[in-house]
Formats: sequence, C-alpha cells, structure tokens
Amino acid sequence: MGLDIRWPIGLMFSFVGALMTVYGFVTAGDAEMYHRSLDININIAWGIVLLVFGGLMLVLAMRSKGGGGPPGPK
Amino acid sequence: MQVTLSWLDYLILLTYTGFVVGIGFALKKYMRSSSDFLTSGRSIPTWVTGLAFISANLGALELVGMAASGAKYGIITAHFYWVGAIPAMVFLAVFMMPFYYGSKARSVPEYLKMRFDERVRALNSISFAVMTVFASGISMNALAKLLHLLLGWNYHASLWICSAVVLVYVLKGGLTSAIYTEVLQFFMIVLGFAPVVYLGLKDVGGYGALTNALKSVAIDPSSVHLRDPGISYGPNAWTSAWHTLLSGPANNPMGVDWFAMVFGLGFVLSFGYWCTNFLVVQRAMAARNMTAARNTPLVAAVPKMLFPALVILPGMIAVALMTIPSKGYKIPAPILDNSAYERAMTAVAADAALPPEQAFKDISAAVGKKMDAQKVAALVRDYAAKPLAPEVFRDRLWNAVAEYDYDGVILSLVKRYCPPGLLGLALTGLLASFMSGMAGNVTAFNTVWTYDLYQAYLAPNKSDEHYMRMGQVITFVGILLSIACAYFASMYNNAMDIIQLVFAFVNAPLFATFLLGMFWSRTTGTGAFIGLLLGTATSGLVHALTISQGNLPGMKGGYLGVVHTFPSEMAQNFWLAIFAFIVCFGLTAGISLATARTKSDDELKGLVYSLTPKIKDESLAWYQRPAVLGTVLLAACVVLNLIFW
Repeated sequence: MGLDIRWPIGLMFSFVGALMTVYGFVTAGDAEMYHRSLDININIAWGIVLLVFGGLMLVLAMRSKGGGGPPGPK
Repeated sequence: MQVTLSWLDYLILLTYTGFVVGIGFALKKYMRSSSDFLTSGRSIPTWVTGLAFISANLGALELVGMAASGAKYGIITAHFYWVGAIPAMVFLAVFMMPFYYGSKARSVPEYLKMRFDERVRALNSISFAVMTVFASGISMNALAKLLHLLLGWNYHASLWICSAVVLVYVLKGGLTSAIYTEVLQFFMIVLGFAPVVYLGLKDVGGYGALTNALKSVAIDPSSVHLRDPGISYGPNAWTSAWHTLLSGPANNPMGVDWFAMVFGLGFVLSFGYWCTNFLVVQRAMAARNMTAARNTPLVAAVPKMLFPALVILPGMIAVALMTIPSKGYKIPAPILDNSAYERAMTAVAADAALPPEQAFKDISAAVGKKMDAQKVAALVRDYAAKPLAPEVFRDRLWNAVAEYDYDGVILSLVKRYCPPGLLGLALTGLLASFMSGMAGNVTAFNTVWTYDLYQAYLAPNKSDEHYMRMGQVITFVGILLSIACAYFASMYNNAMDIIQLVFAFVNAPLFATFLLGMFWSRTTGTGAFIGLLLGTATSGLVHALTISQGNLPGMKGGYLGVVHTFPSEMAQNFWLAIFAFIVCFGLTAGISLATARTKSDDELKGLVYSLTPKIKDESLAWYQRPAVLGTVLLAACVVLNLIFW
C-alpha cells in the first residue's frame, strides 16, 4: 500500500550514480579537469558510491513488498 | 565567484526536480481527507519521520551559516549540536512526545488549547503562522540571490520557478510529499557534501595538519585577517570545544561564558526550539504509532550528532587552507559595488607617488573595507608600472580586501574541489535544502492556519472536504505570501533583521510555558497566557537595555540606554533568552497559584505528566525503547564532547 520512499530514493541515486560513473570514464583522460579534485577521478569514485547506495535502497524496497510507506493500515 | 555548469550538472538538477514532482503526483491518489493532506494520516514509519525531522531543521541557511561559524569560531560551534540539540531531542522523545501524540492534537497550538485555553492557542498559532511565512521568505530570498550571484540566473525567475516546484509537489501530496522530499534532501546533502569535505581535508593534509594549522591561527588570528591585529587566543581556541569555553568569554573566539552556553543555549533556546516548534514536532506527529512518534527525534539525533563533520568542518578547513600560501585560497570577500571599484581605481592611480602607508589608508577609505597592506602595495606598484585592465583590477582589488563574507565559505569550497558532475550533485543538494525548507514551512503553516485559526475561529463545523479544500487553497496562499516576504527581504535588509529579532523574543520564553504546562497540573490558562506575553516583553526589554561589544546603540540593542555590555552578540542572545525564560517561568507559576484552576484532573489526563498513565515499554525489544535509546544517545554525546574537549 502506498508509495515506499525507498523506490524514488533508490531510482534517483542509481540514475545519478550511473550518470556520474559513465561521465567519469568518458572524461578519464582529462587531467586538467580532475586537477581540482586533487587528481582523483571523483566522478567514478563517488558515482560508484551512489550506485551502491541507490541499489541498496532498491533491494530493501523490493524485499519489504510495500512495507515502508504511507498511507498504510490505520 | 561565478560558476559555469555543464550539461551534466543541469541534468542532475533536472533529475532531482523530476523526482520530487513525481513523488507529489504519485501521492496524489492517497490524499482523501484533510488529515491525509495536513497530517499524513499518522501513517509514516520511524526512519522516514526521523530523517524528515532532522532535514526540516537542516535548512540551507544552517548549512551556510554553520560553515561560516566553523571558520569564525572553530569547534566551539559544535555546541549548537552537542549541547544545543541532542539533550533537547532526547527530552522531547522520552517525556514530551507521549503528550503531543497521545493527546491526538493535530498541531502544537492545538495541544496548548487542550491544556490551557483558546487565548494561549491563539497567541501561539498566530505568532507561529507569521513566523513560518517569514522564515520561508527569508530563505527563498537567499536562494534566489545565491542562484543569481553564483550561476547568473535571473533573481525573479529563480524565485518563482523554485516556488512553483514546491507548490506543485506540496499541493499534490501534502505533508507526505514534504516529508518524502525532506528524506530525499537529507541524502542529497550528505552524499553531495561528504566528498567536498573529504577533498578539503585531504588538501590540507589530514586532520592532524588541520589542527596544527588552526593552532597557529588561534595564536595570531590577524595573520589570516580573522581578527584585528593584537587579538590572540590560546593555541586550542579553534580546535577544542570546552577547554577554550571554560577559560572565559575573553579567551574564546565566540566571546561566550560557559553558563550562557549551557543554560542559555543548551537549555532555554534549545528546548524551546526542539520541543515546541511545530515545524519539527509535526514530523514526529505524522508517525504511524506512539512508539514510532517517540523514536522519531531519537532517530534524528544520530545524524544530528555527526553533522558537525559535514557542516562545521568545512569552515575550519577553509581557515586552515588560508595558512598555506601555496594553496592560493581565501575566504571570499564581501561583494563590492561598482562605485567602490571606481573610487579605488582613482585612488590607486593617484597614489603611486605617495608613501605606501598613506596610499594604503587612502585606498582602504575608498573601498570602505579593511584591506591587506601587502596586496594593496603590490597593486599600486603594478598599476603604476602599467595600468591594469578593468577586470584584472577588479579581481585583484577584491582579492586584497581583508574582510570576509563568511557565508561564502561552503560554496567557495564546492567551487574549488568539484569538477562537473560532482558540482551538479553538491549544488542540487543545496538547492534541494532550500526548496524543502520552503515546503516544510508551508506544510506547517497550512496545518496551523486550517485547524488552529480557520476551523477554530473563522469557520467551525464545516465538512472535512471543506477543510481539505481550505488546506489546498492556503498552501497556494502560503507560497504567495512567502514570495512576497522574499521580495520584502530583498528590499529592506534592516526590516528583516528586526523581524528575526522579534522571533527571537517570541521563542525565548516559550519552553517555560510548556514545561510548567506538561509537568505541573496546577498551571492555569491565565498564568500561561500572561507569563508568555510578559516573558516576550522581557526579552524585548533586555535587548533594549543591553548591547554587545563593538556595536553602537540601535538595531543591535541598547536603544533605551545601556545597562550592561556583553562580550559578543551571541552572549547577548543567550542571556536575553535566560532572562525571558526566568520571567515567564516565575510569572506563570505565580499567577497560576493566584488564579483558580479551570480544568479538572480528569480533563488534563493525557496532557499532564503526573495525571497520565505511564507507557509500558516492556513488550518492546530494548532497541525500540525510547528510554534506552535516549540514554545511549546521551552517552554517545558525552563521549563526543570528551573527544573534542
């Protein structure tokens, strides 16, 4: 019943994480761009973190079968 | 201080906007009654209400302001969290939530009506309604200004578009929408800013190097223009939370004594905010059952306790970065207007032949700010050798200003460390917290208006459908009023300061009323009403008779004569709250004893501690019992204080 908030959270962060990861790989050769993030390809690194977080939310949402949201039984 | 966004940054921003609007539409079909719309039908799980509870408090202005304080005062700022939040949140959960939730009140003012009478409710609901609209307007004005300065967006367009997004999702999904987007915003902020803090810390060389750098700053703050020359603190002034506080107001950067900090902030202001402000309490009231409601502030306390690492640490990193010349970092200076640049240009051109000290004086006067002597001298030298292009001149002059716009700290770090992609994520987090701040205020406003003002005084005994409609209409009106307040704030800066001051006056005595009301059945409506009114008047009076060092009588106090001078504005605020609380407490208690009770013990059942059966938690697992969780949290908070002693 109702909308489990973990679905939108999971979907959004997986999507943004995927965007950042792909962008990170495409721009991996751009040393100048990543100089500002102290020569770390932060888009790949953080994109993967977001993907893992988003994925975890989706797994939790799937397993609970609609338990996490309103308006539940009153 | 402009930033250019790439397509990816825009895409991340649009994705977030799309999701929050989508959540509104997805929830629309569940909005069947006014209680679904205004109170979420009391149906939301604890972790969601808990994160929304903390998110409603973690507005964008707090994010910006705490980083600013981190730079200005150092770790002592963390007292706003460890002293000024956690104990009050635990108290709310363990002692007060049973009455708010158990009384079936739909709002904090409604509880006051049940406990006292209509007068107290009217006083509280009107001041709260006005306050939320202004709070939301102030923050929207800040947002639109920020988008204008940072991204070059049009002020009006930014204001109206962001408000429209909020309107759509609140109108569709009501309080549930607001709570859901607050949870989304919580993760956006944490996940958007954590990498910035990590990169900053790595850049200064880790926490050890950070504390070493801040030690040198504490001994001579003028070396990075943090204070006027001649001011010096103990070496751990920026890096210890208690040591420096206990050494007295003259020896800590905040200029506050420990009593004002512990009693003024930690008790009066903090309990007044966390335990009585409907904006946050409403989140807990939306929980699905009593246990969930009581545990809401406790769930919220966990991230709250750790937030200093996310919001205060960046300010400290910024100061440490300034001690390393090779990093080329400076906290941004206040924005100069065009006439200042023109005056400075004339002065620089004319002063080439003057002795450096004289030139420095002239140019400082022309700009109207404190300046860095070496940078000014270099500018005069270079300008005399060959006149600089206007943009180069502007840049260098702005760079030579030795005053800081501390509110720019957090964005200057985002700009420094974020490549496209991460930049979009961090800025979306910031934008999200502005928008959900507005949504939070509007959803609290529409509930108080509909139930405590409209239904109570203007149109009682109508159908639920009627109130649901009213809730939607007032949401629309609330957003329009917020926009009006935003324009008002953008036009009259001084007027806004006055309004914020009045709010501080109103809030200061409030907790005394609740404390006596909830724990002493003898407290009467007349006592509460007069105590609250005169408590508020006391804060106004204290403000009118005192001032803080460095301020002139006027807006900052002392307009009826100066009886006492506080070492800092912060100390003045804390002491003002202490006086207001004591007067409200004393008067409420005294007048209550002198007036007859109007409510019997039976009527006060469920509203007053001693007359309400204790909740039995034996059937719950230990990790679900509020008393156990609260104790664990307080212990953890003590440990944090000891670590950063």
